[in-house]
Amino acid sequence: MKPAPKVSQGAFLIPYLIALVLEGIPIFYIELAIGQRLRRGSIGVWTAISPYLGGAPQGAAALSAGSAGKPVERQMLAQLREGPHGHEHDAPPSVQGPHVGWRGTSSRRPWGRQGAGVGCWVSGALWPGSGGGAECRLSAGLGCLTVSFLVSLYYNTVLTWVLWYLLNSFQYPLPWSSCPLDLNRTGFEAECQASSTVSYFWYRQTLNITADISDNGSIQWRLLACLAASWAVVYLCVIRGIESTGKAIYFTALFPYLVLTIFLIRGLTLPGAVKGLIYLFTPDVQVLQNPRVWLDAATQIFFSLSLALGGHIAFASYNPPRNNCEKDTVTIALVNSMTSLYASIAVFSVLGFKAANDHGRCLDRNALHLINEFDFPDQSISRGDYAAVLAHLNATQPERVARLPLEACRLEDFLDKSASGTGLAFIVFTEAILHMPGAPGWAVLFFSMLFTLGLSSMFGNMESIITPLLDMGVTHRFFPKEALTGLVCLLCFLLAICFTLQSGNYWLEVFDSYAAPLNLIIFAFLEVVGVTYVYGMHRFGDDIAGMTGRRPGLFWRVTWKVVSPLLLLSIFVAYVAVLAWTPLSYRAWDTQYARFPSRQEKSYPGWVQATCVLLCFLPSLWVPAVALGQLLAKRRWKQDTWQDRCPKLQDRGAS
Amino acid sequence: MLCLLFFLVTAIHAELCQPDAENAFKVRLSIRTALGDKAYAWDTNEEYLFKAMVAFSMRKVPNRETTEISHVLLCNVTQRVSFWFVVTDPSKNYTLPAVEIQSAIRMNRNRINNAFFLNDQTLEFLKIPSTLAPPTDPSVPIWIIIFSVIFCIVIVAVMLLILSGIRQRRRKSKGPSEVDDTEDKCENMITIENGIPCDPLTTKGGHINDAFMTEDERLTPL
Repeated sequence: MKPAPKVSQGAFLIPYLIALVLEGIPIFYIELAIGQRLRRGSIGVWTAISPYLGGAPQGAAALSAGSAGKPVERQMLAQLREGPHGHEHDAPPSVQGPHVGWRGTSSRRPWGRQGAGVGCWVSGALWPGSGGGAECRLSAGLGCLTVSFLVSLYYNTVLTWVLWYLLNSFQYPLPWSSCPLDLNRTGFEAECQASSTVSYFWYRQTLNITADISDNGSIQWRLLACLAASWAVVYLCVIRGIESTGKAIYFTALFPYLVLTIFLIRGLTLPGAVKGLIYLFTPDVQVLQNPRVWLDAATQIFFSLSLALGGHIAFASYNPPRNNCEKDTVTIALVNSMTSLYASIAVFSVLGFKAANDHGRCLDRNALHLINEFDFPDQSISRGDYAAVLAHLNATQPERVARLPLEACRLEDFLDKSASGTGLAFIVFTEAILHMPGAPGWAVLFFSMLFTLGLSSMFGNMESIITPLLDMGVTHRFFPKEALTGLVCLLCFLLAICFTLQSGNYWLEVFDSYAAPLNLIIFAFLEVVGVTYVYGMHRFGDDIAGMTGRRPGLFWRVTWKVVSPLLLLSIFVAYVAVLAWTPLSYRAWDTQYARFPSRQEKSYPGWVQATCVLLCFLPSLWVPAVALGQLLAKRRWKQDTWQDRCPKLQDRGAS
Repeated sequence: MLCLLFFLVTAIHAELCQPDAENAFKVRLSIRTALGDKAYAWDTNEEYLFKAMVAFSMRKVPNRETTEISHVLLCNVTQRVSFWFVVTDPSKNYTLPAVEIQSAIRMNRNRINNAFFLNDQTLEFLKIPSTLAPPTDPSVPIWIIIFSVIFCIVIVAVMLLILSGIRQRRRKSKGPSEVDDTEDKCENMITIENGIPCDPLTTKGGHINDAFMTEDERLTPL
């Protein structure tokens, strides 16, 4: 997808809040209520609502890395990815973590049962009462597996990069603080000189990126080693299933909050941070006129609250029957948003500091040009005096001033600057850290926080893959669980090696943008429509009255019946429209490009575009595929039994 | 006559050292940037030291061992602090080729910098590129060390977990059979009637029924 135009964060908050209230909270409430009422895992829930909806949303369960998907980390990393400017592209389910409302893990393996798959839906529609059967589980497992598998492949690659940076943070000076020298040691490497030290470290020394997606290059052994290490860590934590994950999650969930607080305190005390925060949070109303902003806000809410993943249904089924889920919904959603805000403040205060720093150095460079040209004494032009001196010189000797390579130094330009794509955290934030005193320590803290965040998301992902496999019984009873987990991790590792190629980053962006979003929207839509129209609003209202003590108010009824489905439908249509009409393109790092270090906009070759479309719809394709298969199988079965039971009738009919 | 000669000499000198003259180099110092409060003022004594350093550098060049301080000419000193300099030959008629001066300065750049407490960025010889010092790389990159540590810990932990899992499974499969054996033995040994185990006659001891008194105790002693 093309990156969205830059918007100041302040303006983005408005569509985000509106989407939260009109779309996020209602869907969330439905999931919690239905899970609590029917007290079953997802397969059971949807089958009970209507056999027609046997498994629809569950297919999405797997989408969620950790349907426990915690919004804040996702939000934060999404913001880091897209810069202070909200949405450059749709937020991927890239960062998730333990959910605030997580009510403990038990050996009931919540995700496993929810492997309902999308196939159940269709099979349920055609044969009432067939939902939940063995065939259902099969299609469910398949739908889930596909999506979880795709997500975990590329998600762990991001973890690999974070691990690489973490390993390199234990030295002073940090390796991305200086350029390497060129061959005759009279200057710096040309590529590094033209771009910046952090960009060079990211694109050249980490990724060693090629100029085009079709140019694969060779496998980077450093990244391969880090990939092996990160898969080993994931395996270590997931080895016994929920038993080991449950212990690991205490650390991976709490540590990021600690580090965020430290960064917040440090960030607010840095010079220029407050100015940055003020600028970034003041809304610019012009920006709201762009429909793309609204689209991005709506999808961001999805990923933030991990909607349509089935996880909430499963967790809610552990609640006591008389729990007030309305209060829960609102509380959790608000706490989620507050945490996101908290994270944004920490991140943007550091980015504000960076912008102020860059602005100051820009002024210093300009002042130096003036001093050298007009032979003023050293350090005679301070940052405050610069404007006045420049004006004076422009008046007296404009020709000499015009010949100088002076840059336009505006603080707003620096605040607006952001990279896009997965490299944002690795370029902008690492540069900001360079200028903080005690840089290696901050780098270690930051990257270990990112690593633990990503790890907690990977737990959910792996659970979504392994539990359906166990449920479907693909392995023998005596086949140890550790071995199955090991096999899955090994397979994922081997397939993820393609992301360690030199063009790996481009491929990762493809997976990131196209593997999850559309499927999630489809499943959420089916959820809302299923509960409100198929199950019946009246019945649902009675259930809620039984649980919370009163029927849902007007707000809930209106949003469930009208607003949310419409919103979801429009988002889906908009997404497909954007997908169909804009030529799919990506930004390549090409040293030969005329305007290097700007990234060159290139369009994907045909076969890559086909892959994108396939990724978008593949998980949902399990539905019709399995349904068709079941239809044919059932029809043959019915024909056989009918013939067996009524041979006379048949003869009579034939004759 | 002498005055005339003097003027002639200075005139020639003036011609040799001029901004953008042949074989002339511009030098720019940023003393305040380098030293901050401890910056010294640039005066003629500092200039003398500079000339001495350049002459010293030239003396290291073969065939130029006879360079004197007076052969180094400075001109156009500005407030910045910047100036131009040339190095003349002993006859003071022409300037030495730029290439020789450049290589001489490059060789001794470090010592010139140190004489003024400056570095390559604050004492600039425009047109003479400095040889940058490469960053010091440890023989084994640090990231490999930390990576090996983490990897080893993870592998060991995984092995331990796998082994403990195997042991647990083995214990579970052995456990129920052991319990069965003892129960069988118990059943063989003890028969239970009305919830009270009946000891077979072979057990030693027996039970004393306190309701019966022995013969001896029936009669109270006198």
